[in-house]
Amino acid sequence: MNIWVYIDHFKGQALPASWEALGAGLALGKVTALVFGAEVEQLAKQACEFGAEEVLQAEDKALGDFRAEDFASTLSALASQHNPDLIFLPTTTRGRELAAMSAIDLDTGVLVDVIAIEMEGDRVVATRPIYAGKLLEKTLCAANPQIVTLRGRAFPKPVLQSGRTGTITKVETLSRAATTIEGYSETESGINLSDATVIVSGGRGVSNNPNLIPPNDLGDEEAEIWRAQQGFNLVGELAATLGGAVGASRAAVDANYVPYAHQVGQTGKVVSPDLYIAAGISGAIQHLAGMRNSKLIVAINKDPDAPIFNAARYGVVGDLFQILPALTETFKKKLGK
Amino acid sequence: MKIIACVKQVPDSAARVVAENGQVSWGDAQLVINPWDEYAVEAALQQKEAHNGSLIAISIGNENAKEALKHALAMGADEAVLITDPALTALDTQGAAHVLAAAIKKIGEVDLAFFGRQAIDGDAGLTPAQTARLLGWSIFSLSAKIDVEGDTLRVERSTEEGRQIVSGKLPGVFSIVKDFGEPRYPSFMGIRKASRAEIPVWSLADLGIKAPAAVVSWPEVINPPAREISCEMIEAGSPEEIANILADKILAEKIL
Repeated sequence: MNIWVYIDHFKGQALPASWEALGAGLALGKVTALVFGAEVEQLAKQACEFGAEEVLQAEDKALGDFRAEDFASTLSALASQHNPDLIFLPTTTRGRELAAMSAIDLDTGVLVDVIAIEMEGDRVVATRPIYAGKLLEKTLCAANPQIVTLRGRAFPKPVLQSGRTGTITKVETLSRAATTIEGYSETESGINLSDATVIVSGGRGVSNNPNLIPPNDLGDEEAEIWRAQQGFNLVGELAATLGGAVGASRAAVDANYVPYAHQVGQTGKVVSPDLYIAAGISGAIQHLAGMRNSKLIVAINKDPDAPIFNAARYGVVGDLFQILPALTETFKKKLGK
Repeated sequence: MKIIACVKQVPDSAARVVAENGQVSWGDAQLVINPWDEYAVEAALQQKEAHNGSLIAISIGNENAKEALKHALAMGADEAVLITDPALTALDTQGAAHVLAAAIKKIGEVDLAFFGRQAIDGDAGLTPAQTARLLGWSIFSLSAKIDVEGDTLRVERSTEEGRQIVSGKLPGVFSIVKDFGEPRYPSFMGIRKASRAEIPVWSLADLGIKAPAAVVSWPEVINPPAREISCEMIEAGSPEEIANILADKILAEKIL
């Protein structure tokens, strides 16, 4: 079986889910990795170290910025030429778009954001969450190549074998450059909840610290946001201590406490970190759908009847404004930070 | 300027959906316009207002899907079209893209086509890029801000690496994220207009295409395995004592 894995990267740095996808390919047989970009020689070598037998390297200045149209043209042309049986990609923003477009070019389909794979003959039977994880569906693709995008953190990362080599073949690139990537806005930094191993999330409850007196020139709504920001600082300090990311409930995002990029839940990000700490989040079904597959869930809430406790392994009924700082200090000591 | 918003009818996000006999069931939960598509309609309305354009909402589905279209009309869309055909069962995203691209071509001279980032039932998020591919237009996925001047577009996208700024030319396909801003509520007048609207129904024959081949199938839907979770409450005196016990429990899981 001819298995291809597309390595998604940003400026030469692979996203972790790319190596996980490579690992999922290796579980089925020998893998050809696809590496597209402006300067990707190192990445191609890295793909070999992670276990790829062969790398198809499309290197071109014109591919320095990811444009789905051009990357799809390059991928589709290669696939038409070599007829792979499977193409795996990580379910990143780029991976999803690339898979979508190449499926159109190649008259095939995409099994998107899958969390498990079995083979039935030459068909992949994939399991994927639908309805934000409220249900799972078994799905397959009747045409070839079977294009599959794999959810981050659902498949183990293969072991890096330092110095391992493979055949690196340079291939033709196709680009029209119909759009121009002007750059990135300074005001909002990237946050990648999908790859985070630890997430500390805050909800409406983070604005309820009675001991905080907001500056008196603020209106009611501004004062509430000011309070919430003080609360989210505590969330952020614990997250930073644990090397994690900051999440938020929909209620917190809708109240403008934090930007939408932080939202966990059915209309936000669906996440599955090793550790999820929910502070001041009651646990609406919408939110639970987005984090219930985390390995260990800890809930801190002042309401003992909050539904979040039904999803948590450990719970604390208490004041998050006292518990969060105490937890940060304790972890700093215990982790030697 | 001619603008399209593609919308889908889905079970409400608060619905308890379960698998029954391998199929999805949402009981008597309400069907609503896909929440992401409300953002798409909002984005489309903003362009319509800024450029004195017209907005047509389109949806694929049965009679039920008219409700999603009526919501778009009540928000301010000028027209709506329902695409319905007995051959459109078990439609995969490629199929949906073929149908929508054909409808957009039939409408003709469209400058902008808007989608929500994904539908909250299938969670695929593939149709916008696939429709763009079939039309040969640029895709601006996960758009949070859109400026159109003449035939030039400047778009801010919400990506893993932060807010990306990208420029291009019309026509374009957009998928919209929540950063775009809250969708407006339908006005009283809008609701009245929508309730009286006659929504034309197009078949595949009207679009001049055959039923797209179903490539992706989903023979079985299952309930996720129940997780045996019993929550252990950490009860101690001071916050420091609670933190100490909790930290030890977390560290004992060896996940950090």
